[in-house]
Amino acid sequence: MEHIDFSLVDWSRAQFALTAMYHWLFVPLTLGLSFIVAIMESLYVKTGNEEWKRITKFWMTLFGINFAIGVATGIILEFEFGTNWSNYSWFVGDIFGAPLAIEGIMAFFLESTFIAVMFFGWNKVSKKFHLLSSWLVAIGSNLSALWILVANGWMQFPAGMQFNPDTARNEMIDFWSVLFSPVAINKFLHTVTSGYVLSAIFVIGVSAWYLLKKKEINLAKRSMVVAATFGLISSIYLISTGDGSAKAVAKYQPMKLAAMEGLYYGSDHAPLIAVGALKNCEDTLQVHRQSFIFEVPIYGALSYLAFGNFDEFVPGIHDLVHGNPEHGIISYQEKIEKGKIAIDALAEYKTLKKIGDTQNAAIALKTFEDNFQYFGYGYYFGRDPHELIPPVRMSFYAFHIMVGLGTYFVLFFILILFFTLKKQVVDKKWLLRLAVWTIPLAYVASEAGWIVAEVGRQPWVIQDLLPSIAAVSQIDSSSVMITFFLFLAIFTTLLIAEIRIMLSQIKKGPESSPSKQ
Amino acid sequence: MFENLSLLALQHYWWIIISILGALLVFLLFVQGGQTMIYQLGKTEDERKMLINSTGRKWDLTFTTLVTFGGAFFASFPLFYSTSFGGAYWVWMAILFAFILQAVSYEFRTKTGNFLGQKTYEGFLFINGLLGTVLLGAAVATFFTGSQFSVDKMNLLNLTGDKMPIISAWETPFHGLEAIWDSNQLAFITNLSLGLAVFFLARLTANLYFINNIDNETLHKRNKTCLLRNSIAFLLFFLLFLGRILTIDGFAVNPDTKEVFIESFKYFNNLIDMPFVLVMFLVGVVLVLYGIGVALFKNSKKGIWASGIGIVFTVMALFFLAGFNNTAYYPSVFDLQSSLTIENSSSSHFTLTAMSYVSLLVPFVLGYIAYAWWSMDKKKITIEEVEQDHHMY
Ligand code: HDD
Ligand code: HEM
Ligand code: HEM
Repeated sequence: MEHIDFSLVDWSRAQFALTAMYHWLFVPLTLGLSFIVAIMESLYVKTGNEEWKRITKFWMTLFGINFAIGVATGIILEFEFGTNWSNYSWFVGDIFGAPLAIEGIMAFFLESTFIAVMFFGWNKVSKKFHLLSSWLVAIGSNLSALWILVANGWMQFPAGMQFNPDTARNEMIDFWSVLFSPVAINKFLHTVTSGYVLSAIFVIGVSAWYLLKKKEINLAKRSMVVAATFGLISSIYLISTGDGSAKAVAKYQPMKLAAMEGLYYGSDHAPLIAVGALKNCEDTLQVHRQSFIFEVPIYGALSYLAFGNFDEFVPGIHDLVHGNPEHGIISYQEKIEKGKIAIDALAEYKTLKKIGDTQNAAIALKTFEDNFQYFGYGYYFGRDPHELIPPVRMSFYAFHIMVGLGTYFVLFFILILFFTLKKQVVDKKWLLRLAVWTIPLAYVASEAGWIVAEVGRQPWVIQDLLPSIAAVSQIDSSSVMITFFLFLAIFTTLLIAEIRIMLSQIKKGPESSPSKQ
Repeated sequence: MFENLSLLALQHYWWIIISILGALLVFLLFVQGGQTMIYQLGKTEDERKMLINSTGRKWDLTFTTLVTFGGAFFASFPLFYSTSFGGAYWVWMAILFAFILQAVSYEFRTKTGNFLGQKTYEGFLFINGLLGTVLLGAAVATFFTGSQFSVDKMNLLNLTGDKMPIISAWETPFHGLEAIWDSNQLAFITNLSLGLAVFFLARLTANLYFINNIDNETLHKRNKTCLLRNSIAFLLFFLLFLGRILTIDGFAVNPDTKEVFIESFKYFNNLIDMPFVLVMFLVGVVLVLYGIGVALFKNSKKGIWASGIGIVFTVMALFFLAGFNNTAYYPSVFDLQSSLTIENSSSSHFTLTAMSYVSLLVPFVLGYIAYAWWSMDKKKITIEEVEQDHHMY
């Protein structure tokens, strides 16, 4: 977040980032824990063993605490599109609003109705209906993720739409290609599985703490088996969907990929930097090939990650900004000019149409359509094309932290599962301590993932079509600043409260259901 | 089937859906109303526990309805979403903050380690009950009284100078707060009277809901006393609002030129021009009063049903008055031609069609909600029931 000049756009971005990151602190646990709880309850219903019921109820209590604050942080995001990105809301409301509305109708009601049954229904509905409700909560929460991620995927790769020159906005023409766009699908799969992994780590970590304290041994061991199995499967799948995400990025957002890898100059047989540290220079394009203080490159691996082929050319930041005719890449300057032509032609079209000059209007429209692809670049007319480069350092480190931790998590699950099944886990103090400390790492990986996705696409709100400077609402930046700090204060206070409640609930353990306080 | 409808028909269909969601939301605000009376009704810790657990089991439903209402508005009338939310920034932010505080309060209130103390969370619930209802009501009243904004879609194509290419601009520095306090324009009195009417309506619905949901004699008695007072206050403010809008000039649209103009007695005329709305409105009001009446004088516990249905009808009728019959539902008093109508602010034919298919799910959703709650509410709330429950607020 360096060099924010604290203008309206930057405060609005900061506010959105803040609230989104807070929301994402709670959502992944909901996504995964809801399934883990449903699995545990299924074991209870199947075996009739009261111990499983006790275990289910314990994790369900933690789920409830997390859920409440997830909901609190979610509502603000929805309305922020209107309050802070009002141009955006009009420009794409047709396409973007739809998944949001469907999410409400299809997912949120499912979730909130059956959560009530799950929490309050133990003595009121049949065992089967209760179990069904728990599964519906899990499905409902994952459906919420689907729709919002379809929306986000669309912003990264606008599919299934057409610009309507008469209303000056994007309109949906194909619902299914919005829903099944490759970016959206990958994003959904990768993101929900990351939630499963985080939740598995959470359950294992809490159980490990019990084992260290020699409390609730039975509950902890049983929970560990369920969570480690669930986690191992998910983490392997997570890496494969991560690979899918990277391929989608390479195809649709080459600049993001270059930033993620700190790749300034493209090459065939491009290297993946396994570990590295970037030099600290602000004006990144002045730096040259040597942008790293140190690096451990794996040659060809980036080409493979991006295109499934070790020799393929991967464009670097320099190629994208300045163009690379050899590989058919046109420069940003050229794109900016084409974008300007598109915007001007549209204005002309509208004026001509108003005065009834249909012939010239048709010509203007043709010019507009030929250049529409670069529409958003036009807003950078007269500005430095380097402004279109996303923050490289942030993208690079976030990506590497995520991938590094993702690899570690697989090993972690294998170790836990191995020792649990060999019934030795209780004695492996180091592993138990490690498990407790892995909980925060899961959150770090998860937030890092979003930083890659969102920071890496700057300054686009909608890739190539709408930059953030053309998306904001007209409010005083001081107002946004005030709400930013209000959010910061409120969310931080609530987060502290949540963590403390969580910890005291864990300390008390399952015996003390809240009614026995 | 929806693809064969005209754009205008789809716009009407979606205005009806928005009205239904808005109306259900107003009914479900009983959760908020209840939150403002916890100490007024509950004199002992046990009584308060019953009250809080009674609304606590429903809060998420109200919340989700609000969220869905917002999402549906976004999808179907995006220009409203961008103009109103981006413009009346402070009012919407205040509403949102009030709901954020609510969402955690039930869950955190009595848990150990809650950091702020039980009283603070109860304070949050009160704030949500007060601001959430008054401000939502005032915001809806601006559908009749107007706001100060301008809309120019061509701005998006403005690349010259340092003016930002922004479509909707709010023309007062108060960003929406003028709706509830503006000594130059007395419209704020109308807005506030609807706000307060919604507030007291939420409280009286909460009384009816508690009477139905909690099995406790003392609370029943107190609820009845309180119900009477809330009903009187509600009627006072509601009649004030109604008297105003039926007499003021309204914002009409010329169906041929799409030009917006001022028409005297517009909303009164709308009632006359659309007899089904008039009937709906009258039936709604009568049902609300009937529900209150049977609770007060017949000692019935089922008043909530009549009043609830009545509220839904009445609110829908108000939305219809604002949006149908060539009326601008979000008028701009700054620039009349910027006013939003269901025609100039809607999504495209394709999106409305796709969304209409989704809307077919609504009856199904309502169905499972009703079923789930029916099976849960068969047993009424008593202190033993609350304390036995695994999940208690
Ligand atoms: C526990 C969390 C976690 C872990 C261990 C990983 N990811 Fe991830 N990743 C996410 C959590 C996440 C996420 C938070 O879910 C993101 C953010 C947006 C999204 O679609 O998923 C994400 C985004 C994301 C993106 C950007 C997608 C876009 O911009 O649209 C890529 C390329 C990867 N991931 C790739 C990987 C790879 C190759 C991993 C190998 C181990 C990996 N991720 C592990
Ligand atoms: C800007 C984007 C987002 C918006 C506008 C948004 C909106 C919301 C809203 C309004 C709620 C409260 C719903 C209720 O009333 O019950 C919510 C909760 C939720 N959201 Fe988000 N959300 C966003 C991002 C995400 C993402 C990325 C995911 C998952 C991948 C997600 C998954 C969930 C889930 C599972 C819940 C349930 C409550 C919980 O978090 O525990 N949301 N969201
Ligand atoms: C929940 C996890 C998410 C996180 C942590 C996150 C993070 C961020 C960050 C850091 C920014 C600012 C980037 C910058 O200016 O440097 C941002 C901007 C934005 N994000 Fe996300 N985001 C999340 C989810 C979403 C989703 C699901 C959507 C849409 C459905 C979304 C839409 C936007 C928009 C509209 C902006 C503002 C415009 C812009 O600056 O690009 N975000 N987000």
